[in-house]
Amino acid sequence: MPLADQAEASNQPQSAILLGILALQGDYEAHARTLERLGLRPESAAPAAAPGGWRFVRHAEDLDGLDGLILPGGESTTMLKFLEQAGFLERLRQFAAARPCFGTCAGAILMARQVSHPQQPSLGVLELTVERNAYGRQIDSFIDRGEWAGAQEKDAPPPEMVFIRAPRFRDAGPTVEVLARWHGEPVLVRQGKLLAATFHPELTEDTRVHEMFLRMIRSARAQPGESSPRA
Amino acid sequence: MENEFRLKTGLAEMLKGGVIMDVTDADQARIAEEAGAAAVMALERVPADIRREGGVARMASIRKIRQIMEAVSIPVMAKCRIGHFAEARILEALGVDYIDESEVLTPADEVHHVDKHDFKVPFVCGARNLGEALRRITEGAAMIRTKGEAGTGDIVHAVRHMRAIVSEMKQLTVMAPEELFARAKELQAPYELVRMVAREGKLPVPNFSAGGIATPADAALVMQLGAEAVFVGSGIFKSEDPGVRARAIVRATTHFRDAQVLLECCEDLGEPMRGIDAAGLKPEEQLQTRGW
Repeated sequence: MPLADQAEASNQPQSAILLGILALQGDYEAHARTLERLGLRPESAAPAAAPGGWRFVRHAEDLDGLDGLILPGGESTTMLKFLEQAGFLERLRQFAAARPCFGTCAGAILMARQVSHPQQPSLGVLELTVERNAYGRQIDSFIDRGEWAGAQEKDAPPPEMVFIRAPRFRDAGPTVEVLARWHGEPVLVRQGKLLAATFHPELTEDTRVHEMFLRMIRSARAQPGESSPRA
Repeated sequence: MENEFRLKTGLAEMLKGGVIMDVTDADQARIAEEAGAAAVMALERVPADIRREGGVARMASIRKIRQIMEAVSIPVMAKCRIGHFAEARILEALGVDYIDESEVLTPADEVHHVDKHDFKVPFVCGARNLGEALRRITEGAAMIRTKGEAGTGDIVHAVRHMRAIVSEMKQLTVMAPEELFARAKELQAPYELVRMVAREGKLPVPNFSAGGIATPADAALVMQLGAEAVFVGSGIFKSEDPGVRARAIVRATTHFRDAQVLLECCEDLGEPMRGIDAAGLKPEEQLQTRGW
């Protein structure tokens, strides 16, 4: 459903949302470009009439006032070095418990309950295990069409999926809903306000996964008791 | 863009905002990963030692690269000699994540670079100016880095090369179409690529910096000049306390515009590599002039 219709359906005035993109390392600019294609603008340049703005998050306090956060691809071990300092990881965990988060590849690894191959710390908010580099090294990276798992998108064109030294979701808990698969394996999942992909929608022209995340943010804001921290 | 090339530049996208560190054994690789390196470059000797010891510098020993690949979970790159497509094939078969066709090693071909389109593994190549960068991209490089002057710890050439590339790209964006044809001829680069850069104002592949980065401030400098990530060679493991320095450079690369954080990065670093004043190098001692 297009964004405008969704706002109408939820009977909410379409107030601007503010997104964060974790910008410690990785392809955070690719996510920013996707958001720009969807009409969002950098926070400093976003007019009030725009559907929303985004900012790069490099410190724990940058999370203040955000409606949602994107955790990009990159090297999860590098990002962890920053998160393990000055209580950043704990702040992020609290944020992810309260507000929508969307992780791609390394970002999904950070969100997982458990990480294997090798083991490493994580936020522990997404009820599944992520196996790192599960398909091999760079020469095993690939681009392919996946398939939507939900009834709603069954007839929509299949998403193009870019897998780069990609991880694999394993042992998903009952609260984890599979939204898309590749060769039967879950590659895009949702659990409440959390969205995670083992591939990189930000490296394609297809904005549908990001649109899905924006809808999650708008519906989280529309829920009673979930008023925006900026309001 | 064809899918294979998208995958090659895709991994470079994942390395952005990060530090790629030269390592010569598994222990150094673990120190680098622990410090937050986004990738490591496996080689036999760091450029400072190649410079000092002389001799032919070749692809690193397979055993050593394999040990490094087994030691860390981050991407592992390795260098092949300019034009040495047989070394490149061997590194591809080994499964390294990126190949650096590097002027730091002794060139194997005085005319030709490797046809990098013919490989599944992505390549990074050095460049001193826009023409050189575009020629490497034409040959299939999926990432460009400044050459700088490796093994000196002197940032001046990396700065010169990054400024040259950025400034030459800016000039293209204001040129008339007929000027672009003439400029392509001067740059010795294909017109199609020149036109693409004129339109986008940036290279069609990620643009990183290398060659002389030795301090957190050096990393912040090249990032502010337009680098999207940094390679650090001798600067880390030729310094007094590699672990501390590696962490500080990683942090400075992320927070490259935040002077307060940069200040913290520079506290208690220990001694940097001693380095060589690059201006004192004779032309034949320069590594950057290798490559055509």
